[in-house]
Amino acid sequence: MPLREKNQIMDEVAIKRALTRIAHEIIERNKGVDRLAVVGIRRRGGPLAIELARRIEEIEGVGIPVGILDITLYRDDLTLQASQPQVHRTEVNFDINDMKIVLVDDVLYTGRTVRAAMDALMDLGRPKSIQLAVLVDRGHRELPIKADFIGKNVPTSKQEIISVFVKEIDGKDGVSIEEIVDS
Amino acid sequence: MKFEQRKDLLGIKELQREEIDQILDTAVPMKDIIKRDIKKVPTLRGKAMVTIFYENSTRTRTSFELAGKYLSADTTNLAVSTSSVQKGESLKDTIRTIEMMGFDLMIMRHSMTGTPHYVARNTSMRVINAGDGANEHPTQALLDMYSIREKKGRLDGLKVAILGDILHSRVARSNIYGLSKYGCEVRVVGPSTLIPPGMEKMGVKAYYSLDEALNGVDVINVLRVQRERQEIGYFPSLDEYSDLYMLRTEHLLRAKDDVMILHPGPMNRGVEISSEVADGIQSAINEQVTNGVAIRMALLYMMMGGAKDEIAN
Repeated sequence: MPLREKNQIMDEVAIKRALTRIAHEIIERNKGVDRLAVVGIRRRGGPLAIELARRIEEIEGVGIPVGILDITLYRDDLTLQASQPQVHRTEVNFDINDMKIVLVDDVLYTGRTVRAAMDALMDLGRPKSIQLAVLVDRGHRELPIKADFIGKNVPTSKQEIISVFVKEIDGKDGVSIEEIVDS
Repeated sequence: MKFEQRKDLLGIKELQREEIDQILDTAVPMKDIIKRDIKKVPTLRGKAMVTIFYENSTRTRTSFELAGKYLSADTTNLAVSTSSVQKGESLKDTIRTIEMMGFDLMIMRHSMTGTPHYVARNTSMRVINAGDGANEHPTQALLDMYSIREKKGRLDGLKVAILGDILHSRVARSNIYGLSKYGCEVRVVGPSTLIPPGMEKMGVKAYYSLDEALNGVDVINVLRVQRERQEIGYFPSLDEYSDLYMLRTEHLLRAKDDVMILHPGPMNRGVEISSEVADGIQSAINEQVTNGVAIRMALLYMMMGGAKDEIAN
C-alpha cells in the first residue's frame, strides 16, 4: 500500500507543547494527582503515557503510576485478520482498584481500540473512573466514545492516514497526514 | 513460514525455529493472564474445541480445557470410554460426527503413531496432537522449552539430559527435535534396553551411566517409567531400575550448580525421581504445569483466532 505524505501537522515542539498542556488539564480536572495513574495503549500510547506522567510529576512534584496495556486479545476484528497479531505483555504493575485511570493513545479514530482498552482495563480491576487522552483526534467515530484530553483535532477523510512517530519506536517525534496512492 | 499458516500442530519435527520462538513469545503474556484475579479474556468467543483422548491423561487434557476456557472458547471433552467408540464406531465416523457438530479445533491423543496425522488429513477442523504412540507430544516439548527459557533466559547451546525410558517416550522425541533446533547438546540416559538404536542420527549422545550423563548439564528432564508399557520386561525390576537410574540429590552435584529439574508427570516418586529432588529448590516441576496452560493458550489463540479460509493445508 503506497503512501504519500501530504502534510506534517505536528513537529517535535508542537507535540511537547500539547503534552504539557494535557498534563496541566489532567491535573486540573482531577484536582491534583491523588489516586491518579496513566495507562498507555500499545504501541505508541506507551511512550506518550510515560511522557505525560513525567510532565505531571514535574508540575506537581509527585510521581504517579504508569502502565502499558496490550489490547490484542480484546480486539473485535480478530476473525477478520488473515494472520493473528502478536500478543504482547500488559504491564500494569499496580492495583487499579479505585484509581482514576487516564488511558493514553496516539490517534482516536473509530473508537474501537478504546472500547477494547476499557474492557482490558476492567479485567484488571475496578477503577474509580477512566478518562481518555489522545494526541490526535481525527474523527469518524463508530462507537459512542469521546476523548477528555486532545492534543490536536485533525479533520480527515477516510482515505487519509494519520501517522504518529515517537522517538522510542520510530527514532523521531512528529505527526503526519498521509494519503493512499492508487497504483 | 508463520505458525498460524499451518492447519495443524502434529509434531515439533517439522516446525522451524522461528515458529517455536513465536509460540514461546506468545505464551509469555498468556502466563500473565493466568496469574490475574480475573483469568479470562474474550478472544475466542464463539469458537469451539473438543478434546478426544484414546489414552488416559489428567494434566494435558485438563490444561487444554482450562486454556480454552481462559480464552472464552467453548470446550468439550469426548469421553472415549463412554462414547459410541465402545459400540464399534470407526475413527473416521467419529471424527466426521464431531466435525459436523461445528467444532473448530480438535485435540487428540491416541496410542497409535500417526493417528492425529491421519485425522488431520481427513477433516477441516484444526488438529493438535496431544501424543501419538511413541512418536511425538509437541505441546509437552513446547512447555518444557518454555520452562527452560524462562529460567535460563535462553535455549541456545544448553546441555540437556533426558533420563529414563527413551524408547517409549514421545516426550523425549519431541524434546530432542525442539532442543536440537537451538543447538542444545542433548544427552539421553537409561538402561540400554530402553534406549533405541540410532540416537546419533538425531544428534544425540546415549549414556548408560547416570553420573557420566549428568556431568555439567544445565537441565535434567526426568521421564516417567511407563509401567503400562513394560509388559515384556525391559528391566528386571523397579527396584533395580531405581538403584541405577533414580535421580537423587547426590547426582545433582555432577550437574551445573543452577541445574533445573523437569518431569512431565505423573511422577513415580521413589522409582525415577526421589522426593528430595522432586520437591527441591532445583525442581521446576510445579511451574511446568502452569507453563503448560500458558503454552496451550498461545497455541489455541494462534490456531483458532484468524480467518479460516487463509489456512494453508
